[in-house]
Amino acid sequence: MALNRTTSDGHPVRFVQGNEAVVLGALHSGCRFFGGYPITPSTEIAEGMARELPKVGGVFIQMEDEIASIASIIGASAAGAKSMTATSGPGFSLMQENLGFAYITQLPIVIVNVQRGGPSTGLPTKLAQSDTMQARWGTHGDYTAVVLAASSVQESYEATIRAFELAEKLSTPVIVLLDELIGHMREKLILRMKKDIKEIRRPFPKVPPEWYFPYDIPNDYTAHPAPFGEGFRYSITGLVHDRTGFPTSVPSEVIERLDALREKIITHRKEIWNWKEYEVTDAKYLIVAYGSAARAARGAVAILRKKRIKAGFLELKSIWPFPDGPLMSAAKQAKYVFVAENNMGQLIHAVRENIRHTINVIPINRYDGHPLEPEQIVYFIKEEVYGHSTV
Amino acid sequence: MTEKSKNKKYSSKKNNKIRKNLLPDSIIRFEIRISGAGGQGIISTGMLLGEAISIGDGKNVSQSQAYGPEARGGATRADIIISDSEIYFPECNKIDLLVAFTDTAYEKHSAHVKQTGLIIADEHAVEMKMGTAKTLDIPFIEFAKKKFGNQIVANIIALGFVSSYTGIVSKGSIMGAVEDKFENSKYLELNLKALDFGFSLGKKYFKENPLTA
Amino acid sequence: MGTQLSEIHEYLRWRKRFPTVWCAGCGDGTIMGAILRAIHDLQMPQDSIAFISGIGCSSRMPIYLDFNTLHTTHGRALPFATGVKLVRPDMNVIVVSGDGDALAIGGNHFIHTCRRNIDITMVLINNSIYGMTGGQVAPTTPIGAIAHTMPYGNIDPPFDAVELSLAAGATFVARSTTYNIIQTTNYIKKALQHKGFSFVEIISQCPVLYGRLNGMPDPVDMLLWQKEVAVPLSKAKKMSPEELEGKITTGIFRDEIRPEYTEQVYALSEKLQEKSED
Repeated sequence: MALNRTTSDGHPVRFVQGNEAVVLGALHSGCRFFGGYPITPSTEIAEGMARELPKVGGVFIQMEDEIASIASIIGASAAGAKSMTATSGPGFSLMQENLGFAYITQLPIVIVNVQRGGPSTGLPTKLAQSDTMQARWGTHGDYTAVVLAASSVQESYEATIRAFELAEKLSTPVIVLLDELIGHMREKLILRMKKDIKEIRRPFPKVPPEWYFPYDIPNDYTAHPAPFGEGFRYSITGLVHDRTGFPTSVPSEVIERLDALREKIITHRKEIWNWKEYEVTDAKYLIVAYGSAARAARGAVAILRKKRIKAGFLELKSIWPFPDGPLMSAAKQAKYVFVAENNMGQLIHAVRENIRHTINVIPINRYDGHPLEPEQIVYFIKEEVYGHSTV
Repeated sequence: MTEKSKNKKYSSKKNNKIRKNLLPDSIIRFEIRISGAGGQGIISTGMLLGEAISIGDGKNVSQSQAYGPEARGGATRADIIISDSEIYFPECNKIDLLVAFTDTAYEKHSAHVKQTGLIIADEHAVEMKMGTAKTLDIPFIEFAKKKFGNQIVANIIALGFVSSYTGIVSKGSIMGAVEDKFENSKYLELNLKALDFGFSLGKKYFKENPLTA
Repeated sequence: MGTQLSEIHEYLRWRKRFPTVWCAGCGDGTIMGAILRAIHDLQMPQDSIAFISGIGCSSRMPIYLDFNTLHTTHGRALPFATGVKLVRPDMNVIVVSGDGDALAIGGNHFIHTCRRNIDITMVLINNSIYGMTGGQVAPTTPIGAIAHTMPYGNIDPPFDAVELSLAAGATFVARSTTYNIIQTTNYIKKALQHKGFSFVEIISQCPVLYGRLNGMPDPVDMLLWQKEVAVPLSKAKKMSPEELEGKITTGIFRDEIRPEYTEQVYALSEKLQEKSED
């Protein structure tokens, strides 16, 4: 007899990889265009999209490189489609220039980066979180990134759906950071019911073409350029532009544009922020982590609490713009904040930016291509608890 | 405690009690590694087992595998972690159950098996036994060739065997998983037969050489 | 207003965007006129046109034109255009590109777009030099010519864009000059009507940089040079390699029908959707 693949309340259940969960999340979000280039460990996403998109009337194309991949999805977005690509470190590097193009032209796209070890070709089949900062600063020029993260197969699905919602709502590129472990790991995935999926789509202009300004700056700073071919003939350019979309280098207009692009993300930051607290209310020892490192951190808190050590954990499910509010609130009782990462220390800079003057911030890093173990985090925390003072 | 009493305790009957299930009543964490060569269906065996335990039996499972160069040249593996809580570390650390289809796989992974763990290896794999873990050598590939004329089903026979011998997965669930995978395939019947054969084989072995605690 | 001007006037964003960035004597304006006349003759609705470019002098063209315009990053116009065309197969997608944009930084995209035979029309404006950055050597600069990064004469062998596109699989390939603008307009018209990837290379002039560095500072000198070196394909076939030395062959090099990419993508999709409905 076939396995029962629905929960008691009717949700479909799958046993799939994080990468496959991304595919399902994208399809459920109404993604209808994927331009990509094969790269380990993200390839299963491209393969899944190649298999599934044509079945729903969508388009998959394997481009000649990652530069072309991101270019194609921005073009598709200009034509009105929800579009995405998936890649890993080296490919993500190649995408950086056009990432800035999508940002300044306010064309929504989703990029999934299944992180692997670097620099360069690095460790193609091993996990790392070493693109944490590249996701924030990778493209040239002043840029405010929107970056989500996932620490399980279920979260990969949820983060992808959230990424499309935010991209469409804010008309900006949204990056989802997975890592090799999460991308390749299989776990149970509970899918949303069709009726629970509210598809968010960028608003269509409410004015006739002759009154239309594609890059007006409204109160929430968000411009939603109209899709091509709908009667709104206007200019999209990567040059700094005025509200008509035409290039400008008038200082006041330049400032206005760059400010608006940043303000758009900053004013919506509370909507972007996504985090989860574990035992933080009385935590003297607070761990901060995202992605696969978050799994180890949860384990560490479980172990430490059994030993009556007041440890807590703040899991970041969105990392940029940095959730400083949630950090401040979780670190209220903290004497030490530990930042656990599968890299040589990147997220820690953002943590330090916010709390280094009042609280000790201590890095816990692993960068040999293997996931952090709960015991490793426990070891470092115990060293602070008993270590220097008692020896 | 005297030497005598120590020995007495060591040889107490309790230790020889036959266990019906390799899984402890409360699973804190149970690690399975399926290993062998590329093309032996190692990853799909891992997927089927993981899916059966997760979706079929409703336990917490995460399954991962070796990728890239490590997975080529004769050594590939799939890890399955079962836990009653969240799985914090999804790779094998101390293996409770190792299934090895080749000697390379046996040599590479048997050292990571717990002393109290179990190794099920294809006969050819175990020429020189290592460690103290209980080891069964079952000629899965030989059976597949002889009984089914196709060595491709060796992994499915092993799945059946593992399921009935160790009880880590229910028969219904593993059958369901296999059925779903081969739903529209002409090999469905072959695989179900192989699974059933493995299941009976495991039962037979359990009578002769049961699990003990 | 003469008829020549008035027929293209409605396609220009004349209220907002003029004068152009182009220098006096540049070929870009002439070619823009040719493209617009071709569009006008074919009665293509403005809303149906997506006009896409990369970076460079000629790539500024979309800014001035009243279509759906997309001015992208350097060398990447074709993959952007591919995305637009795949989502809106009903739209007419036109890419205009310079020689550096299309053949150097965008060379990879160029050959792969040719290979796919996707229904995009590409107009390559070849002025043998990098104009916007101020006169550096291009992948089309002739051997021996002077450029600011080849101050002692070019030693980099140039690409022949027509040969390149033919080898890569473009299904419509033509070359013309700004001197012979009527022919150019006709080729663009044919390219726009072609189903599949159509490529028109137009030999243009940059008197301010290329001309000044290479003894032709007057635009008229450059046009006369074009007249001198351009040899129609039919005539070139009868000429020896020695006679063709330093000449530029013009004409339609290929005009054939092969399966078009967008159609195939949608045919597959329809087939799969029917299947899932069964």
